Amino acid sequence: MPMRRARSLVPLVGVLPFFAYLLLFLLIPTVVVIVGAFQENGSFSLSNIHALTNAATVDALRSSVVLSASTAVIGGLLGALLAAVIASAPETSLVRRAVLALSGSLAQTGGVSLAFAWMATIGLGGTLTTMVQNALSIDITASGWLYEMPGLILVYCYFQIPLMVIVFLPALDGLRPQWREAAQTLGANRFQYFTQVAIPLLLPAFLGSLLLLFANAFAAYATAAALVSQGSSILPLMIRAALTSEVVLGQQHLAYAIALEMIVVVALIMGAYAWLLRRSSRWMR
Amino acid sequence: MKRWLRWLVLLVFAVYFFGPLLSMLDFSTKTGTGGRSGAAWKALVTNHEVLGAIGQSLLLCVTTVVLMLVILLPTMIWVRLRLPRLKRLIEFLCLLPLTIPALVIVVGINGVYAWVNYFFGYSPVVLTFAYVVLVLPYAYRALDSSLSALDVTTLAEAARSLGAGWLTVITRVVMPNLGAGILSAAFISVALVLGEFTFASLLNYQTLPVVIDLFGKRDAHVSVAAALGSILFASALLLLLSLAGTRSRGRKGA
Amino acid sequence: MFTSAGKGPVAVDFVDLHRHFGNVRALDGLTLAIEPGELVCLLGPSGCGKTTALRILAGLDHPTSGEVRVAGKDVTRVPANRRDMGMVFQAYSLFPHLTAIDNVAFGLKLRGIASGVRRKRAGEMLELVGLSEHADRYPHQLSGGQQQRVALARALAFQPSVLLLDEPLSALDAKVRVQLRDEIRRVQLEVGTTTLFVTHDQEEALAISDRVGVMNAGRLEQVAPPAELYSAPSSQFVAEFVGLTNRVPAVVRDGTAAVLGRQLPALAGSVNGDGLALIRPEAISVVPDEQGPATVVDMSFRGPVTQVRCELHRADGGEPIDMVVQMASAAAQKLTIGGRVQVDIDSAAVLVVPV
Repeated sequence: MPMRRARSLVPLVGVLPFFAYLLLFLLIPTVVVIVGAFQENGSFSLSNIHALTNAATVDALRSSVVLSASTAVIGGLLGALLAAVIASAPETSLVRRAVLALSGSLAQTGGVSLAFAWMATIGLGGTLTTMVQNALSIDITASGWLYEMPGLILVYCYFQIPLMVIVFLPALDGLRPQWREAAQTLGANRFQYFTQVAIPLLLPAFLGSLLLLFANAFAAYATAAALVSQGSSILPLMIRAALTSEVVLGQQHLAYAIALEMIVVVALIMGAYAWLLRRSSRWMR
Repeated sequence: MKRWLRWLVLLVFAVYFFGPLLSMLDFSTKTGTGGRSGAAWKALVTNHEVLGAIGQSLLLCVTTVVLMLVILLPTMIWVRLRLPRLKRLIEFLCLLPLTIPALVIVVGINGVYAWVNYFFGYSPVVLTFAYVVLVLPYAYRALDSSLSALDVTTLAEAARSLGAGWLTVITRVVMPNLGAGILSAAFISVALVLGEFTFASLLNYQTLPVVIDLFGKRDAHVSVAAALGSILFASALLLLLSLAGTRSRGRKGA
Repeated sequence: MFTSAGKGPVAVDFVDLHRHFGNVRALDGLTLAIEPGELVCLLGPSGCGKTTALRILAGLDHPTSGEVRVAGKDVTRVPANRRDMGMVFQAYSLFPHLTAIDNVAFGLKLRGIASGVRRKRAGEMLELVGLSEHADRYPHQLSGGQQQRVALARALAFQPSVLLLDEPLSALDAKVRVQLRDEIRRVQLEVGTTTLFVTHDQEEALAISDRVGVMNAGRLEQVAPPAELYSAPSSQFVAEFVGLTNRVPAVVRDGTAAVLGRQLPALAGSVNGDGLALIRPEAISVVPDEQGPATVVDMSFRGPVTQVRCELHRADGGEPIDMVVQMASAAAQKLTIGGRVQVDIDSAAVLVVPV
């Protein structure tokens, strides 16, 4: 008996490097964060968790949620529209492949490049800025809105829309033409088909994609960091402030607490996403 | 959907997406006096800091792809061949970085990186370790879909019956057939590494995105030029990937 | 019990239908009259145009020229959702987010029928196809055969004037296919709806149809009841597509064909002079005979019948002719492989085609 058990354990050696690697570079940091959130000055303390209820932190949480939710909804609707436009094209169509490839690269585009793209467009001395200045004598950068919530929303959509296209397109492709034709022969007009067949079928995938977009925006750091050089309007920027703060030492653990908060939010969202995905995959076979 | 409506929608999106790119081109070639100049672009190859950062980022791309393949590929093949029950666990672990924000990992990774710096020095190349983790979900998905299309078990059994050892099976039988997946994983990794900012900036390494951000206050034109350059490079890679993908699909055979 | 009050079965007419896709002629002048209550099968190989014709009738496609008439009225321009036709697709047509009974009731819901009445009628339809206990199951919980029964119930629930079936059995297992095709015929006879059935399986077509229309390259080769199609094919294509055929040398003179020592009437469409007679395997009989002109090459036991392959040696010493003979297994027991046999035909008439 022991011999057989030992034999079946040997193959596990093959995956040891993988697990060891993840342990070092993913699991330990996460555990450090979770544990560190409950520590202060080397001993157990809830002071940092408590700090999460400060006005500033709650504000940052609210802004993060607003930013993520609005870009998820806007990006989701617009992305679904774009996906719908190319879903009807055959797989080899040039337009479809071009849109997909561009979506792939824009969705991954580093946040810094993105921030600069928009600063070059509507920031100080930007192309659009000068065009509008010369034509209508209006300074669109006046209020500095680009570096606040409205600006963040505009810029975030730049990678949320392509992400939506990539994530939602498979669901649209999964809509079989037979369903549409069957609905037609049963007497449904376009509106009835959409409301009674297409939308109910697409709803789980659509909502799931929105959740994914929400998590994506919530966790995003680079774009905001590049656009907003100082300040802690949203949670990621607050972490930056806590980590790089040279004035107040011991802010390190506050960063842990905020990071823990982020893990919890994102984990909840991703859990809901996984659940919705499982529901809709039952049908899309 | 009506044809003209379709094209109108595509046009509006094209303006939204290409507009800023064109603006970057415009902005990076402007001079203060209203003329055009390629100075910013020239700086990309002459300015030490920028050049150094580009070099570091490109080097990071290579090391990340290599390490990712070394860690991930044998593990995935091995699991498929000998430990199929672990598949769900591996999948969950590989998708975990999607749930744990990079920002969070970086917050907790300081301790580990103290050791890394001790062993490997302070060069940005040590970011490779963290980058492989970030790249995991995308690379896993690309490799997994390639593996699923291949009947790995049968291939392995055939090879073993001909006398091949496990190492040979993995390196000379399975891997060559995974070309598409490996390429896909590699390209996505490159795109991600070129744009990664969170780790690099908070751990204080001078990669391209970090330098772009620094130059933002010093000489915005150079920043924008570098940013546009990296967007175009990553896009070209991914476009190439998608074209290669659709062409090779026709060649799939026994 | 289910024929709609005041709405008897209707006649369907295809009038000179043409359908071109660029250079491809999917339909090249199709004219067909379907009687009220009839089940007509369109049979043919892939690409012959049968599915195109069905989809044009359904309104899912439009002809390049020609007319479609239902009960005498021209419906060519009527959109699909207003044609009052029930359609069963090859696969995957059930709405996955609705239960079986809700799927069946879908057409009724669209017509504004009240919820209670809907459910009752849908329940009756499910009983008609034998699936009452599965009413609250979702499509992915049903087998392929069960899904197609639900699809049939759904197509008939709102009492359409025409029933269309597009290769409904092609995606199913062999055994299920046979069961289900008899079901479909039984239901169709009970409900009495005019039906158009498209398939590439000639056994299916022969088993359930009132008439079969054999199509080839966008044209109708022959429309006839199954037995007539089988025994009196009007062209080589029909003879060879429907059932197995042997080609045996024959000489035709004055409408009579001399083949294998017999004189048989030649069917209309036969050539004059030298040709090849198309003979069904079961119309040939062989008995052991040392002096016989043919040799047994192979025997394949099929249960009640055995298929025997022979080589018929020609008097002029040319290439021997391959023949497939079907005979009762008891009689086949007397044959030996390699043994010589005498060949005889028992056929009312033969079609002789050019060599």
